[in-house]
Amino acid sequence: MKQRSVHAWLMLLPAMLLLVAFTHWPAVSTFIDSFHSTPRGARPSVWVGLENYQVMTQDPVFWKAVRNNLIFAAATIPASIGLALAMALWVNERMAGRAFLRMAYFTPTVLPMIAVANIWLFFYTPQYGLLERFTGMLGLPAHNWLGSPSTALGAVTAVAIWKEAGFFMIFYLAALQSLNPSLREAAAIEGASRGYFFRRVLWPLLMPTTLFVLINACINAFRMVDHLFVLTRGGPDNASILLLYHLYEVGFSFWDTAYASAITVVLVLVLAAIALFQFFVLDRRVHYK
Amino acid sequence: MSTAETRTRRLVYNEPTLLDTLAAWLLALLWILPLAYAVWTAFHPSEYSTRFELLAPLTLSNFSRAWEAAPFARYFLNTAALVVMILAVQLVLATLAAYAFARYEFRGRNIAFALVLVQLMVMPDILVVENYKTMARLGLVDTLLAIGLPYFASAFAIFLLRQTFLGVPKELDEAARVEGAGPLQILWRVYMPLARPVYTAFALVSVSYHWNNFLWPLIVTNSVNARPLTVGLQVFSSVDQGVDWSIITAATLMTSAPLLIAFLLFQRQFVQSFMRAGIK
Amino acid sequence: MQRKSFLKICAMPLLAAASGLYGAMPAMAQAPVEVSFYYPVAVGGPIAKTIDGFAEGFMKENPGIKVSPIYAGTYQETIVKALTAHKSGTPPVTSVLLSTDMFTLIDEDAVVPIDNFVKTPEDKAWMDSFYPAFMQNSRTGGKTWGIPFQRSTVVMYWNKDAFKEAGLDPDKAPATWAELKAAATRLTKKDADGKVSQWGVQIPASGFPYWLFQTLTTPNGAILANEAGTAVKFDDPKVIEALQFWVDLGKAGVHPPGVVEWGTTPKDFFEKKAAIIYTTTGNLTNIRKNAGFPFGVGMIPGNTRKGSPTGGGNFYIFKKSTPEQQQAAFKFIKWITQPERAATWSMDTGYVAVSPAAYDTPALKKYGAEFPPALVARDQLPVSVAEFSTHENQRVTKALNDGLQAALTGTKTPAQAMKDAQQEADRILRAYK
Repeated sequence: MKQRSVHAWLMLLPAMLLLVAFTHWPAVSTFIDSFHSTPRGARPSVWVGLENYQVMTQDPVFWKAVRNNLIFAAATIPASIGLALAMALWVNERMAGRAFLRMAYFTPTVLPMIAVANIWLFFYTPQYGLLERFTGMLGLPAHNWLGSPSTALGAVTAVAIWKEAGFFMIFYLAALQSLNPSLREAAAIEGASRGYFFRRVLWPLLMPTTLFVLINACINAFRMVDHLFVLTRGGPDNASILLLYHLYEVGFSFWDTAYASAITVVLVLVLAAIALFQFFVLDRRVHYK
Repeated sequence: MSTAETRTRRLVYNEPTLLDTLAAWLLALLWILPLAYAVWTAFHPSEYSTRFELLAPLTLSNFSRAWEAAPFARYFLNTAALVVMILAVQLVLATLAAYAFARYEFRGRNIAFALVLVQLMVMPDILVVENYKTMARLGLVDTLLAIGLPYFASAFAIFLLRQTFLGVPKELDEAARVEGAGPLQILWRVYMPLARPVYTAFALVSVSYHWNNFLWPLIVTNSVNARPLTVGLQVFSSVDQGVDWSIITAATLMTSAPLLIAFLLFQRQFVQSFMRAGIK
Repeated sequence: MQRKSFLKICAMPLLAAASGLYGAMPAMAQAPVEVSFYYPVAVGGPIAKTIDGFAEGFMKENPGIKVSPIYAGTYQETIVKALTAHKSGTPPVTSVLLSTDMFTLIDEDAVVPIDNFVKTPEDKAWMDSFYPAFMQNSRTGGKTWGIPFQRSTVVMYWNKDAFKEAGLDPDKAPATWAELKAAATRLTKKDADGKVSQWGVQIPASGFPYWLFQTLTTPNGAILANEAGTAVKFDDPKVIEALQFWVDLGKAGVHPPGVVEWGTTPKDFFEKKAAIIYTTTGNLTNIRKNAGFPFGVGMIPGNTRKGSPTGGGNFYIFKKSTPEQQQAAFKFIKWITQPERAATWSMDTGYVAVSPAAYDTPALKKYGAEFPPALVARDQLPVSVAEFSTHENQRVTKALNDGLQAALTGTKTPAQAMKDAQQEADRILRAYK
């Protein structure tokens, strides 16, 4: 019915207007900008076709950022989800001091990243930093965690996992607590072990939550760069640089806005690929009640 | 008791093994280490920020220094108002849009939904320069509204709610219609209560994101009027003089304490509100 | 219910927006001239209060002008804010930005030369009253683009107790590279496990390694960039030699390995983990307050000559404001850089006072007499050089920084690192020759 169509559009309108104004139009503008040169002062921007993309393929820092980001994602996504699941399982059990555990796991979410990054800076400081003291006690040699190319990315990744895992725990916890308790009893009667119960019953039932958490973790893997500003600034020698940080560098430090647009387009395509993968491949394997 | 019976009992009563308990506690202690360090450092003078002597003197001077460095009460108010405003608008807009997508047939529906999904990938974080230009044109620079506008229409919320609304059985819908309810009333009485866990889950995501958001608020705010906590805390990141952990941790505790306490007090209710039917 | 609260919640920011709009209405005939002023905070202390105090003092003497100081974050954030605002058409009228941002601002056509406003002989005298070392990063192409405000140089701090312990004269700082290496060797202490508990010398290499690197190239007689900002010399043998010296300090075990963090270097000094550190004079007040031991402040050790780079921020006037606003800003800048105020600013923050006249004021004379280390940075000015700055400054600087970090972590040899950096810089600056 036409009236229903009008109703639908009316309900949709506020959201669509805002989306177009603050997402679609700037995005299209960015896409177009990536085919132009950067305007500088009096010099206007001119059409340069694929030149920005060509520069990108030859830029070693860009490729380093891509490689680092993939490693970062490959580490943070399974680690934070896995830890979140473990945390939720533990907190769901009748363990001593559950309330304390829950709070301890969730605290990182509440602390602002600026402060958190500075605290971790102390942990990683050579000589009197917490980590150094600990490794010293174990008799391991001294190490400059943030100032060595071999460990900078790892150090930064650890901070990201620490910040994320507790946040995802809440979702798993809610899902676990909403499960029917008779499932457990039925499994016990059949003589199932905890491992079997988890693999065959819990894990499939938690799939919707896992999908939800997976989407967030994937987006975060490309979005979390705030701690870099405090800890390493992408160094040493780009050992810990990530795509979004490189994007800010190029766009807001070098003011090479056209090249930044090109990097933005790449970032968007990567995220789009992940999103499509999730919708089409994973969606099929999710069980809905 | 035989091992099989122990296992059964463990499974039914959801009891942890000793290994479980140890591992959980170890992880928790590790996880809370930064907060513990923050508490230690904030209450002791700066000489003790790297030395952990049990009998070191306590002090509140870090807090007074932090308080004087910037108007944190105002920043806290701004941030609280900001996240509440953003969440409220997001929920209203997303509910209406999701309802339209889920329960109405209209031309261009699929294209419109695809357009919505685009925002899942194109984060407002990247579009900062363009959005700033728009805010300047609208004369909204340095207002809470300016910080919130790019986020008001949340593709994530629309996606989640549409999913949930699609799962609502049509019989409930028809039953309400038979009773003479209009479409908006049906939305209010039937769909929204069933989506409560999704609302709570999304609220958590939204609040924590906007609480922690930094670069866009930095660019679009100029004065104490609209500046949120994350930007306010930057004043301690003064690179020239080096890191002063005592004052940073004092400021952190001041600004996070309300949230931490709230979580401590309302943990159970919080998690329970997710419970109703879980996240589907 | 949700709608009511939604409306209520939206009303507040809308009201704020409306009042913001009202406040931003253009200056009319009787209304005061609005001068918005972005400033960064790069040192601790109640800086915002000091700045607000300056603004109030100025407005009292000049009732027709309204100065609004706007805290804008660190130097990096302030330039981002200023340029973003400029690109959207509403820049601040004036801002304190890094002196090295000069070429970037000129290329973006964002600022106007100060010479445009210098009309009377007094104005001219005022513009010539600043230390020449600071003007080096403020002038190009025959015009002056920035006025020094919060400037610094790199100095050397040393732990007098540690010197005594090592059998060195605590009041005599190393003055040459040879002396530095010798002192550092004696100052490096190891504990029972063979781990170093105190490094002889520590030169940070994070954040802006190029600045600290200039403390090594300048004494070696090498200048890294030309005045026009269009050419750099990284692969000069003298530059490579300077880098080799830095790397060798690490290899000799008297300097920490890898990239040393800038932010924790003062703390390392307090914790007696480093006996000699290189850091900004802006840290003087901080170190004075927190070092639990007597310490000395000295000029950077020389090699073929003495020298250190300058640093810090200048005032700039933005183009896209009205002529009245620009004139008002010029007045404000003149006012705030007067000797008395420059002296106050220097004492409050630890920055170097920007003109010799400021050091002749009674307040600063007294301060210098009570605390001689405060004068070291000023005494170093005659041998100070411009901070490294070129067109596409951030990009070229990043090429240099990456090369320095690569050499210090052993990923590349100093020669290779500098050669690669030179190549990259040449490529970037090609369009500006």
